[in-house]
Amino acid sequence: MSVLIDYVAGILIVIGALFTLTASIGLLRLPDLYTRMHAASKAGTLGSCVVLIALAVQAHDFAIATRALAGVAFFLLTAPISAHLLAKAAHSAGYRLWQGSVRDDMADAAQPRQTTQS
Amino acid sequence: MISGESFLAFCVMIALGILCLSFLLTVLRILRGPTLPDRVLALDMLVAVAIGFIAVLGIKTGFSFHVDIAIALGLVGFLATVAFARFIISRKADPEIPPRRAAPGEAGQ
Repeated sequence: MSVLIDYVAGILIVIGALFTLTASIGLLRLPDLYTRMHAASKAGTLGSCVVLIALAVQAHDFAIATRALAGVAFFLLTAPISAHLLAKAAHSAGYRLWQGSVRDDMADAAQPRQTTQS
Repeated sequence: MISGESFLAFCVMIALGILCLSFLLTVLRILRGPTLPDRVLALDMLVAVAIGFIAVLGIKTGFSFHVDIAIALGLVGFLATVAFARFIISRKADPEIPPRRAAPGEAGQ
């Protein structure tokens, strides 16, 4: 049983680290802020959550496992909120989308805030 | 058949290497990031990578208080991102919005 727990925890650690690597590559390669936000706030959060789940699986104490799972729930709650706030702030401050973007649903919402009407 | 402990130690070493690489790539985005929200986003990502680091080190060493450090770091990162978002809203017009120089072939360069 202990051997099985060690195997599962090791595989989960490597999977979480690979998710984090994917997120950072996406953060480096994607063209603008709003597409980089996809990589950072989805893959990055999933990476750290999977590593925390591995810690909960491998912990011998029930209290440590509970705390790790509470941390997972906390990150899953806060990551979308912070990403949404940052995207909304950047959009209303006038940071433009990548020129290859096909659609901006919030263009009308940001219009009254800008001084120059085009 | 490898024993469980040695397999776990091997996976911890691999994961620490991968996390180091992703940490460096995220720092590269902070240094290069053309606008302020890019840097804030990369800092948020850096907190996530650091939480992964702490969890892997918690598995490696077996100390239990690493989980508390990870939760506290996540709270600090969330509050920092929220505060930076308020700051970005408050300074409206960025005088140095760079032109988008990315063509579809060379995205990100």
